[in-house]
Amino acid sequence: MLRLRNLKCYYGRIRAINGVTLSVRSGELVALIGANGAGKSTLLQAVCGLVAQWDGEIRFEKESLKHCKPQHVVQRGISMVPEGRLLFPPMSVLENLKLGAYLRYRKREHAAIEQDLDHVLTLFPVLRERTRQAAGTLSGGEQQMLAIGRALMARPRLLLLDEPSMGLAPFLVQLILDVLVQLKTQGMTILLVEQNARAALQIADRGYVLENGRVVLEGEAGDLLADQDVKRAYLGKDYKEFDEGRG
Amino acid sequence: MQELLQYFFSGITSGAVYAVIALGFTMLFNSTGLINFAQGEFVMLGALSLITLWRDFKLPLPLAFCLAVVGVAMVGILLERLAIRSVRKPHPIVLVIITVGASILLRGVAMLHWGKDAYSVRSFSRHPPIEIAGATLLPQSLWILAIVLLIVAGLQFFYRRTLTGKAMQACSINRKAASLLGIGSESMVLLAFGVSAAMGAVGGVLIAPITMSGYDMGTLLGLKGFCAAMLGGLGSSWGAVVGGLLLGILESLGVGFFSSSLKDAIAFLLLLLILYVRPSGLLGVKAVHRF
Repeated sequence: MLRLRNLKCYYGRIRAINGVTLSVRSGELVALIGANGAGKSTLLQAVCGLVAQWDGEIRFEKESLKHCKPQHVVQRGISMVPEGRLLFPPMSVLENLKLGAYLRYRKREHAAIEQDLDHVLTLFPVLRERTRQAAGTLSGGEQQMLAIGRALMARPRLLLLDEPSMGLAPFLVQLILDVLVQLKTQGMTILLVEQNARAALQIADRGYVLENGRVVLEGEAGDLLADQDVKRAYLGKDYKEFDEGRG
Repeated sequence: MQELLQYFFSGITSGAVYAVIALGFTMLFNSTGLINFAQGEFVMLGALSLITLWRDFKLPLPLAFCLAVVGVAMVGILLERLAIRSVRKPHPIVLVIITVGASILLRGVAMLHWGKDAYSVRSFSRHPPIEIAGATLLPQSLWILAIVLLIVAGLQFFYRRTLTGKAMQACSINRKAASLLGIGSESMVLLAFGVSAAMGAVGGVLIAPITMSGYDMGTLLGLKGFCAAMLGGLGSSWGAVVGGLLLGILESLGVGFFSSSLKDAIAFLLLLLILYVRPSGLLGVKAVHRF
């Protein structure tokens, strides 16, 4: 469904992504993990048309996304939940959600939009109680749910998430991940970027490990979870085992 | 008492015009974060176009009104397309200076076309002035107030009820987030320029019958509209209206009770005062941010 081949991104002279090849098949949940500054967010932004300069190939359903502006990427069926949520704080929850369906309102799909709105509010019942509240006054977890809901309102076929667990309490992270699993069972294709590698790999089908703008490891999520290198670098397992050995 | 009322009437009349000009500033600022210093020139173009179309070409007033406003909106759109969008590095300061340049250009073009004379035109309707408690209220004042109220209501409706209005707000809050939802900032900025230019033109059309209109009328009116917008709180529609009316009334009282030479100084004294005491304006509130 999504295929990146030898992708290179630049910020001026700095090369943030250095030849990444990656693919997401329809219906899959793929995790992209890596440390700070590995280029994970840059990769997502390149797919969404937010990176001005890139080389290589990005294809979505066989069509190239070269020179595609963000608004056209959405139109083709890719929605992103950006890092830091980027909600519209003074607007109400309902307005935020409705703006998510902006392009579909243009196409006069009112009935379908109402249906999707209901679907999103069923997915996140907390939001249903707060439709009139300003988005800026929600808690961090609720804001993340709203950001995901807003992206879903565009009825994407591919959902990109950039660090949805950032700054959230563990039980909220779990709640968000559960929703992603639920979306996947409903047929959504998901590319999940996470620093919280263990959580991401636990729900993913496959995973890629990014380091300094390159894919250093890829494979089935289960294999990656068991991989010694991944454990040491991203899961912090060594320290625990050291502790356990001592006790 | 009678005097006071008279000053009040003339104050709200010019105040309402300042309010429309301030609304133009506010509208553009809301959607793009820009201050357009060519706003006053749109007022001038509106006034002079009305005079040409209505007085000289003898078109019916509603038609002349609409043509003048649409024409000036086109000028605003052209300005955005040709001068603003083509800037390679759109720093706010560069864009603001471009609008200053545009104002000089528009003034020059207007001088070539209309010459250096000042024109006047009769009031919209031929009703006699209304007498209230010894003070006279001109029918033109009522026209101005009614049209300004209509515009404010329309603007509120646009921002609160229409998808495009909300998309425009979203664009000004976070351009990147808006583009990720499919809202193209370019079309929103274009629309904002068109509507705010139209707003300036309405101000010009309204003021044409109560003042002398010439190619150089825009500078001062634009600055006063800017004062009004700052006074009420840049970015707030109601703030623009309150600021405009307050400025108009204080100006008229100042002229009446002190000296007419003070007229233009009052606006700028108020601007300085508000910048010292309450920089966010009377109705300007800080946005609610959780993080």
